[in-house]
Formats: sequence, C-alpha cells, structure tokens
Amino acid sequence: MALDKTEIEKIAHLARLHINESETAEVTTRITDILALIDQMQSVDTEGVEPLAHPLDLEQRLRADEITEENQRDRLQKLAPASEDGLYLVPKVLE
Amino acid sequence: MINSTVAEISAALAAGDISSVEITQAYLDRIATLNGELNAFITVCEDSALLAAKAADDARANGNDSPLLGIPLAHKDIFCTKDILTTCGSRMLHNFVSPYNATVVERFIDAGTVLLGKTNMDEFAMGSSNETSFFGDVKNPWNTECVPGGSSGGSAAAVAADLCAMATGTDTGGSIRQPAAFCGVTGFKPSYGRVSRWGMIAFASSLDQAGPITKSAEDAALMLNVMSGLDKKDSTSIDRPVEDFTASLNEPLKGLRIGVPKQHFAEGLSAEVEQAVRDALAEYEKLGATIKEVDLTNSHLSVSAYYVVAPAEASANLSRFDGVRYGYRCEDPVDLEDMYKRTRSEGFGEEVKRRIMVGTYALSAGFYDAYYRKAQKIRRLIKDDFDRAFKEVDVIIGPTSPHTAFKLGSKSDPVSMYLEDIYTIAVNLAGLPAASIPVGIANGLPIGMQIIGKYFDEAKILNVAHQFQQHTDWHKQKSTAIVAASGES
Repeated sequence: MALDKTEIEKIAHLARLHINESETAEVTTRITDILALIDQMQSVDTEGVEPLAHPLDLEQRLRADEITEENQRDRLQKLAPASEDGLYLVPKVLE
Repeated sequence: MINSTVAEISAALAAGDISSVEITQAYLDRIATLNGELNAFITVCEDSALLAAKAADDARANGNDSPLLGIPLAHKDIFCTKDILTTCGSRMLHNFVSPYNATVVERFIDAGTVLLGKTNMDEFAMGSSNETSFFGDVKNPWNTECVPGGSSGGSAAAVAADLCAMATGTDTGGSIRQPAAFCGVTGFKPSYGRVSRWGMIAFASSLDQAGPITKSAEDAALMLNVMSGLDKKDSTSIDRPVEDFTASLNEPLKGLRIGVPKQHFAEGLSAEVEQAVRDALAEYEKLGATIKEVDLTNSHLSVSAYYVVAPAEASANLSRFDGVRYGYRCEDPVDLEDMYKRTRSEGFGEEVKRRIMVGTYALSAGFYDAYYRKAQKIRRLIKDDFDRAFKEVDVIIGPTSPHTAFKLGSKSDPVSMYLEDIYTIAVNLAGLPAASIPVGIANGLPIGMQIIGKYFDEAKILNVAHQFQQHTDWHKQKSTAIVAASGES
C-alpha cells in the first residue's frame, strides 16, 4: 500500500513527530517499502484464528488496592528539564 | 584471567588464586586499551567497580561464597542503573541518570557482582547491527570493519573481546542471539516472563526479554540462576519456581530428539553457515541424538507479523518521551506541540522514527484489524507450528543468522536489515526460549547455531549447548586481532 504526503503528515502528527519538507519523499518511500513487507501477511487466510496477545494466554494479575509505595515526587522531579513548586514547566498551553 | 569463563574465575576467586579487585582492574585496563576502537561501552564505572570489587573480596573473607560474588559484569544500557547514566543508545536519554535500579540490576548486585559499565546498543533496541546508536557504531572484535550485530552489539563485543566476564542483553526479535552469533559468543533468550522487565526500558512489551551473553552455556546458566524469577513489579513475569539451571548441564544426550526446520535451510542461507550447522548436527548424532525434519509452515510470515507488532508496541511505549519529565528537551519551544514534535524529532534517530510511524499507522483507526489484529492471528499460527513440532522433538536447531557479520554501512535499506532476523523472530512471537552458540568460523568470522526449546525448558537448551561445548572448542576461539592487542593470556 503506497502512502501519499497527506497521510504521512497525518501519521507524523499522531506520533508527535516533525518531518521536514526535504525528508518527506524519503520517509514516504521507506515506509511504503516496510508496508509492502507487512502486506505479505495478507497471503494467508486467518479466518477463525484466535489472535495471540500473550504466549500463554495469561491474564493480568491483580493485587489488593493498598498503598505500598512512597511518594517520591521531589526526588524524581529533579530529572525534569524545568520544574517549579512541584509542577513540571512546559510552554503555555492556553492563551 | 580475563579470557576465562565465569565458572573458571569463580573457582579461582574461591581458591584465593586471584582477588576481585585484581580481575576488575584487569578488565578496566583492557577496556581503557580497546574501547576506543570497539566502542562497546557507553559508560565505564571505574571507581564504583573497584569499590564493589573490594566489598566482594571482604564479603568472601567473611564467608560469603555465592557463585557470582566478585565477578565483573556489564549491563546493556537499556537497564536502569541507579545514579548511573542510562541512555538506551539514544540522544533522547543522553542525560538521563536513573533514580533506580532495574530488577535485573538489583539481582546482580545482591549476587555480589561488580558492575564495570553500560554497553552500547542500537537505539531503543531497534536494530540488527549496532549502527543506530547515538553514541556511534560498535565494531566486531573479529573484524573491526564488520558489525557486531544488534541490538545488544556492545554486550556481545565486550564478552568476545574479554572486556568483561559476562554481560546482559535484551532480545525482542533476535537482539541477544544474532550479535552472539556474529561475535562468536553464547547468547540466551529465556522464555517470555522468565526474567523481570521492571526497569528495562520497554521496546515491545509482549516480546522483550532480558538474558545473558557469555563465553559458555555454563556461564549463561549461572547468570540465569540470578536473573530469573517472579517479580511482583512486572505483571508479565511468571510465577514459576527458579530451578538451578546448572543442575542438568551434564545429562547425556542419548535419546535427544532434535527437530530441524526445513524452512531454516532454504534459499538465503549461506553455504558456509549451512555447513557449520550441519557439521554440528553430525556431532550431536555422535552424542546419541536423533535428527528429524520439522515443518514450521508459517515461518515465512514471521518477519511481516513482527514488523507490525513490534513497531506498534514501540509507538505506544515511546510516547512517554516528550521532553516534559526527563531526558532531552528541544531548545526554545514556541508552544507545547512544537516542544513535543521537535523534542521527539531531534531526540530520536531515523530508525526509531520510522518504526514509530509504522506502528502508529498500524494502530490507527481503520487499519487496526488489517494490521495489528492480523499480525496477532499470524502469531497464533506461528505458536501452533512450534507446539506441533514440539510434540515430536525436544529441541529445534538451525542457523541463528543467514550469514556471518556483514560490513559496517553495507545495509542501507531497512527491509534488508529486517530480514537479518529471519530465523530468530518467530521465537519471540511464540515466547519460547532459545540460545545461540558458536559452531564454526568462515573467512575469519564466527558462525552461530540457534537452539530453541519448549516453554520454560531453558535447562534442556543449556544441557544441549553445554554438551556441544564439552566436545568441541568453537566457543573458545578468539579473534587473533584481539589476542594481539591484549599482549596477555
């Protein structure tokens, strides 16, 4: 399946990636090639086959709803590029 | 003793022939000599390694005799290590000093090992040649014009070049086994769920597994004893008792039934790799095994299904890298959207961005059924093929890679790179355990053979690998280039 420029831009936006004008053609070709590889899957009939999400079909283990961890906000927030008063700082969202 | 196995070093430490400080210093000196050329390590922890070595020697003097006490180790830079840079081979995390240890890291600390440093890798574990790292290519110690394989290229090169006694890697589509094959070392991917993924930066959550890269199957067993086991912090880790993986290494192979998939000996396999694997199978017959052809009918679909599932899961896992809470942030973002887009576009390399795009597409509205769900159905067919084969055989053996290590820069087309993992990928899709061991050398480059086992039958694979290593010495071969550089034995 070949993709066009509009679709590439749409996917890039969903993934919050920026593709330069100069890169668009190459990115489109590369992704189209990969999709051609993937399309080989369509050669086999999988009607009635159960999808496999986990090799042993195990389910999510649950635990009791009890607090077992300590709040380490200040320690972890030291890693942030910008923070203040316990908040992460980012460019203004609302005008 | 830097070219000795973990088992040999452990015995020497126990006998008092050598101290942990001495062997640690020997590795640090060798890293200082060779890492400039090989680029196997991103971070070397000289001071903390010597402190840990001293602590191990003291613990030994006080009666501690655990098997891995004082043994120098390297971790792939995908494992979070507390207060140590953890980059995942990416600009996105070039400044990320982890505030905690991954469970795997914690377990090796508890076992008394010495951390030498963090090894180089393909960015976010996406690659088969260690050419996508932000920190530069890793060179194959057997021929520095060749790739070491990927994504655990740094760990494989480090073990092959005697820069550490043992190393950890991760394997999502072959990333332990293929570099082990290219570098002439032993690499082991456990069953999905055997080893905790907590603190291991996620690429594809339903496929990723951590495992050992070592000079021998016995060493891999020693590492698995430490790494394996239920971790409540990883909800996909299996609640199954950890056996002693060294216990059955010496079981005789008489009566072993080996399955050889016809699909793994077809077009595309190089003549020298095929010969080496067939010679190894003949060796197994001498040891009492029987060989039987098996049919992994849907094998040809594994790469396609993988390149939907893995990028799809990666696109979700990598959405957390947004410049807000840690890692790289672009300069002077004008608004939030600009910050996300430029941080991610500047922080991620080309291959990572490509895979995120493919994954995003596969999961997007209107395509989910055609791609992700279809791939999950193919996964079921692939698993069923293995289940059928394993009713008649105990292990499945074939080549790890279609050829030996290729030249750096020789594969510019992503799809041709993806086909490198043609024999390894199905194993991750099914969640089975598998190892690669050296079985030959061609044109100065190692050849690896893959041994696949049933779920949780790691002990059988290790036994089969160990017996081969007791009767042949491919795993002891060293690159002459590296032996010359060392000047010592």
